[in-house]
Amino acid sequence: MKITLKIWRQKGTNDKGSFKTYKMDHASPDMSFLEMLDVLNNDLVRKGEEPVAFDHDCREGICGMCSLYINGRPHGPLQTTTCQLHMRSFSDGETITIEPWRAKAFPIIKDLVVDRTAFDRIQQAGGYVSVNTGGVPDANEIPVPKKIADEAMDAAQCIGCGACVAACKNASAMLFVSAKVSQFALLPQGQPERMERAEKMVARMDAEGFGACTNTRACEAECPKGIKITNIARMNREYFAAMLTNYEVEAGAGGD
Amino acid sequence: MKWFIDLFTSTLGRKALMALTGLFLVLFLAVHLAGNLQLLKDDGGRAFNIYAEFMSTNPLIQTVSKGNFAFILLHIAMSVYLTIKNRQARGPEGYAITSGKSSAWTSRNMGILGTLVLVFLVIHLKDFYGQMHFGQMEIVEYEGESYRNIYATVSYWFDKEWYVAVYVFCMAAVGFHLWHGFTSAFQTLGWSHPKYNPVINFVGKAFAVVVPALFALIPIWMYLN
Repeated sequence: MKITLKIWRQKGTNDKGSFKTYKMDHASPDMSFLEMLDVLNNDLVRKGEEPVAFDHDCREGICGMCSLYINGRPHGPLQTTTCQLHMRSFSDGETITIEPWRAKAFPIIKDLVVDRTAFDRIQQAGGYVSVNTGGVPDANEIPVPKKIADEAMDAAQCIGCGACVAACKNASAMLFVSAKVSQFALLPQGQPERMERAEKMVARMDAEGFGACTNTRACEAECPKGIKITNIARMNREYFAAMLTNYEVEAGAGGD
Repeated sequence: MKWFIDLFTSTLGRKALMALTGLFLVLFLAVHLAGNLQLLKDDGGRAFNIYAEFMSTNPLIQTVSKGNFAFILLHIAMSVYLTIKNRQARGPEGYAITSGKSSAWTSRNMGILGTLVLVFLVIHLKDFYGQMHFGQMEIVEYEGESYRNIYATVSYWFDKEWYVAVYVFCMAAVGFHLWHGFTSAFQTLGWSHPKYNPVINFVGKAFAVVVPALFALIPIWMYLN
């Protein structure tokens, strides 16, 4: 198939970028989207031009590295990761526009590669549980109802690709943060840090400069892992409850 | 107090203020509509005038009314602040192409719809609230008691085609604003639950259609009669 690619090219974070158009005469409908870009890059290298920089890693849809905004939608026309998108989803002769994620909190490093360490810093702020070392605990020692385990696992599917931020008109990270808050808030193992987690992760999210949620549900529609906005409602509950009821205890005061 | 300030300066806290003030304004709309429906009574405006006199003189109602104005201002202030922050969050360069497929039109255009509602509110307050509270009013007497004839003001305006058209158009904006806003407020406050979501959705959508439609029906009815 013949396709025309309009790709955002930008040398570095502070450089001015622009679209460049590339024609491709022999793209196979069986190629994945990233393989198509590999072929393009091979051609560019052969011609002595700078290849297009884009993020990718596992190419199995589980790592969350690939991150292209294709024809106005994160990860393209299907609700999947870019690496799992194939050229058969496009028509012969189509012009495909490829842009990087656009968010103040995700500065562009080069071309289509953005810096998503803001997500890492939000995780470091509270997206963890404390686990004791020592003897191996018995399996199923802590009872967890099946449906709660399922809900927690659904939230835990988030791969942190940032499609939610890219899809949101406000560049809000709430779907990501709420998935990370929910996966632990639901489980017994997540209870010790439950309140601090909600407080700290939301505060970090705000500090990183992500926008607010206006419940457009674009994130949910574009998330390759199908994370639901019920998680955002849960995060809001967790946060309000924590802010309204959490308190400091003075150690050694002897109690009341 | 630090926690209190932290809570209401966070994005979630500000959104909660939007939701709470919005829900209060929803209640206000329902009460306002109940009052307005008396305009449809064929009694020369008697019931409406007595009701309006009560509403504009009762100290409790007047206190709630001041609170209502404060909530409107807070709702607007929060929306302006959050909209600016949201624009900044997108960064200096926007997308060349965006798709509207993944979200509903109303949800993306609450600012425009809200601005239309605000423009309507200004006209509406000037012509009715301002007239009632600060203007020269004709006085009517029912059973020896004198009342300001706000019904006459209403009939004066609702006799003009353009005014009725603007009114009906603005009610459509209110409807679309509510279509997203009502259910969105519950989601923001964290009230999302498989048992209650269908009820919230049904009531929200029904409210968004029925209430503005009834509001719009009044000027049309009065114009035709």
